[in-house]
Amino acid sequence: MTTLPETPTVKLGLVIDLDTCVGCHACAVNCKSWNTGGYGVPLSDQSAYGADPSGSWLNRIHTFEVTPEDGKAQLVHFPKSCLHCDDAPCVTVCPTGASFKRSEDGIVLVNEDHCMGCGLCAWACPYGARELDADAGVMKKCTLCVDRIYNENLPEEDREPACVRACPSRARHFGDLADPESDVSKLVAERGGMDLMPGQGTAPVNKYLPPRPRRDTEGTFTSSSLPASAPAGRESSAPVGGILGWLDRALETLE
Amino acid sequence: MHPAPSLIAFTSLSGTGFGLLALLGLGFGPDTVGFAWSACVLAGLLCVGGLLSSTLHLARPDRAWRALSQWRSSWLSREGVLAIITLLVFGVYALMWLFGGERSGLLGLVMAVLSFATVYATGMIYAQLKTVPSWCSHWTPYKFLALAVSSSSLMLAMLSGFAGQSGAAVTLLCLLALVVAAVVVSRWRAHTEIADLASVGATPEEATGLGHIGQVRLLESPHSSPNYLMKEMVYQVARDRALAIRRVAMFAGLWIPLALILLMFVTGGGLVALVAALSHLTGVLALRWSFFAEAKHAVSSYY
Repeated sequence: MTTLPETPTVKLGLVIDLDTCVGCHACAVNCKSWNTGGYGVPLSDQSAYGADPSGSWLNRIHTFEVTPEDGKAQLVHFPKSCLHCDDAPCVTVCPTGASFKRSEDGIVLVNEDHCMGCGLCAWACPYGARELDADAGVMKKCTLCVDRIYNENLPEEDREPACVRACPSRARHFGDLADPESDVSKLVAERGGMDLMPGQGTAPVNKYLPPRPRRDTEGTFTSSSLPASAPAGRESSAPVGGILGWLDRALETLE
Repeated sequence: MHPAPSLIAFTSLSGTGFGLLALLGLGFGPDTVGFAWSACVLAGLLCVGGLLSSTLHLARPDRAWRALSQWRSSWLSREGVLAIITLLVFGVYALMWLFGGERSGLLGLVMAVLSFATVYATGMIYAQLKTVPSWCSHWTPYKFLALAVSSSSLMLAMLSGFAGQSGAAVTLLCLLALVVAAVVVSRWRAHTEIADLASVGATPEEATGLGHIGQVRLLESPHSSPNYLMKEMVYQVARDRALAIRRVAMFAGLWIPLALILLMFVTGGGLVALVAALSHLTGVLALRWSFFAEAKHAVSSYY
């Protein structure tokens, strides 16, 4: 059924921190790795080692340059995958009923046995979250690793989406965004989590945390604000913490 | 958007075919046996040919029958269901006309309403997409309807002429339909002039949510060569080329048929109408090409 469920009581989704993402693509690689053997047909590649390689990915990392009117440009790494929208246009346009949103947890999925590969859902999605697999001819999209998060054969720490599990900078968080007491909901409230293209009226579940204000644009930490006399390297007399500081002090006592 | 030949052919041909069914259903055209056969065969070929062409766009055409299941929510499904019901009604109408010699007025009216509904649903497949601002307007289905009537009225004039039955009424219908189509297309064009990505909340700043910091531009693409999204939705058309195609649409679609219709008041339908119909159809195909090729999709703000 391609009508949308009544507001689900559980809304599983991701919170992506644009402040801490380092753009390493580990989430995308682990996503591809897990999902090529997970739910549905493999994520195929075409001419993977040729001159013009292409393939299906459920998560892609863009890098944007943001230039304020009065200040330096800033780099923002931007992972993008399905936002599991509450008002998902990809679901209602589907003519076959292959595209659906689960009432129990709000995950948007494709029944690949019913998909006829017309591509209308990809047209309806403003985020580019759906890609037609060139081999199988069916629509592929993020499943929120539905075959991991409930999988009791996996150790408990692995029962989260592959992208979240792989992220080395903890820029990705997974949880129930319908529960105001969940860690992800608190994070969204605390950091001003935002919707992408709110004007499209899709009501995305996934939220993005904006980058924190850059210190140098506020003038509190620019290169010119460093003390001019600060000596560099080994000669530094500034107190050093941690194990190096301890080693430094220990060597000093030996001198 | 990528201008897929299968979709351009589908929307143009089946539009003309269903338009012709509507005009036949409304009682246009003579009652002669020759006209009945030629009109039914041509309309059937255009409708079925167009629909078959649309299945070429599917990656899994073997599952096309499933598209009839979601008529409650999906315009594409509604289009399929309406097309099949219309063709079934047409089948009965054609059998009664060809073998019974009787044109059923009531059944014809039902066929006309269903035909217009089918073309409207085709237009709504595109008009419902908030992601493509130039399509997202009520002028889109109106444009599909107006062009379906204009192209099919020229077909009707051609067939009537070949049946030796051209009359001023059909020529007048062609003229009226062409003028209405020109007005509706220009209204739709006026909509596209103001319908940019900002009008649907899909600028790069809104797409990334970073507009509060400053101006956003892509620095590094997520992949080294074009992917499905870019091939399908981030189609770039050269300005010169778009302009040339628009001129073809204007000249072949409007001015040549207009001159030929005026000529038809003297000569009648037949050959002149055939040339007018082919010229107009060329214009409709050109217009449909630019409908796709010039359309910008929200996802292009990420690329």
